[in-house]
Amino acid sequence: MKTPRRERREKLPSPSSPAPDPGSAKGDPERLYVITGGPDGGERAALDLVTMVVACSTPSPTVQPEQAAILRLCRAPLSVAEISAYLRLPFSVVTSLLTDLLATELVESRAPIVRAVLPDRSLLEAVMHGLQRL
Amino acid sequence: MDFKGSDTITGPRTEDVLPSTATAAVKVVIVGGFGVGKTTMVGAVSEIRPLTTEETMTQASIGVDDNSRIEGKTATTVAMDFGRISISEQLILYLFGTPGQERFWFLWNGLFEGALGAVVLVDTRRLEVSFDVIGRLEERGVPFVVAVNTFPDAPSHPMEALRHALDLPDEVPMVNCDARLRASSRDVLLTLMNYLHALALQRS
Ligand SMILES: Nc1nc2c(ncn2[C@@H]2O[C@H](COP(=O)(O)OP(=O)(O)O)[C@@H](O)[C@H]2O)c(=O)[nH]1
Ligand SMILES: [Mg+2]
Repeated sequence: MKTPRRERREKLPSPSSPAPDPGSAKGDPERLYVITGGPDGGERAALDLVTMVVACSTPSPTVQPEQAAILRLCRAPLSVAEISAYLRLPFSVVTSLLTDLLATELVESRAPIVRAVLPDRSLLEAVMHGLQRL
Repeated sequence: MDFKGSDTITGPRTEDVLPSTATAAVKVVIVGGFGVGKTTMVGAVSEIRPLTTEETMTQASIGVDDNSRIEGKTATTVAMDFGRISISEQLILYLFGTPGQERFWFLWNGLFEGALGAVVLVDTRRLEVSFDVIGRLEERGVPFVVAVNTFPDAPSHPMEALRHALDLPDEVPMVNCDARLRASSRDVLLTLMNYLHALALQRS
């Protein structure tokens, strides 16, 4: 082969690869996201692309149109990525809209199951079985 | 970016609506250079038509944290296609086709950190474009498999020659695939899951 050769790299020590939050590593279905301060001083919920969102109520006339649209979309669970796609709004805009909806308890969110230092074998087996049915 | 009003919003088709029990999500990232077949692979296995999420990258978000300079900012829109596979009534697997350049990855919180693992799609006609991606995954400790997308006019190399050129350890799985085919793309994902499972066994 005439292509140049790559050189293997070492894993960098953390914090460049932050350990997943142990609280969410188990995918505790009851765990709701904590709202943390954003870089702009505003509050921003730590939402992942695949945080699942579900509406707790139907839109009232007082919510913004974008938020009303989210409440309608999320009558059934939907990921933040899907909300962004259907509303054609950037991910960061959707997370800030959701931050308000979470703070006012109009929606609920479920953290995704993230990669853990010790991966959950039964989870991986479930995914394998699901894929085999495709 | 402008919101077009909720009248024009089309949500999921009726058959794509998830059951109310679907509250556990996992994600896998498919990463590779432009035109390597990421969107094709997502579409081949996804139960929904692939969707697109985007983020706008401005000068400010590249690291100049100074509002006074936002006037002169240059904005780049970075899009990611994704799809979904329902694993069970509770568990949903999301697949993200991600641009190969690391400077885009930070736009989405925990894109790689939270992923179960990654598939690096490579095209043997342009092997070098995957060098950097693979290095970044190694540095971040993200487990990955390499899928060689076989294009008809691509030179065919023995897998061992490719492994050598990519300088991959023996344990990193490498497979050939045709990203257009559901079965082939599914097998790539199964290869990744088997590898993650083996790693889990090793560590326990
Ligand atoms: N022959 C062949 N063509 C492919 C394959 N995968 C993708 N393509 C084609 O390559 C082009 C680029 O694929 P796309 O999925 O858009 O690449 P992306 O930029 O990585 O998302 C499309 O025209 C695909 O139809 C493959 O496995 N075999
Ligand atoms: Mg694409």
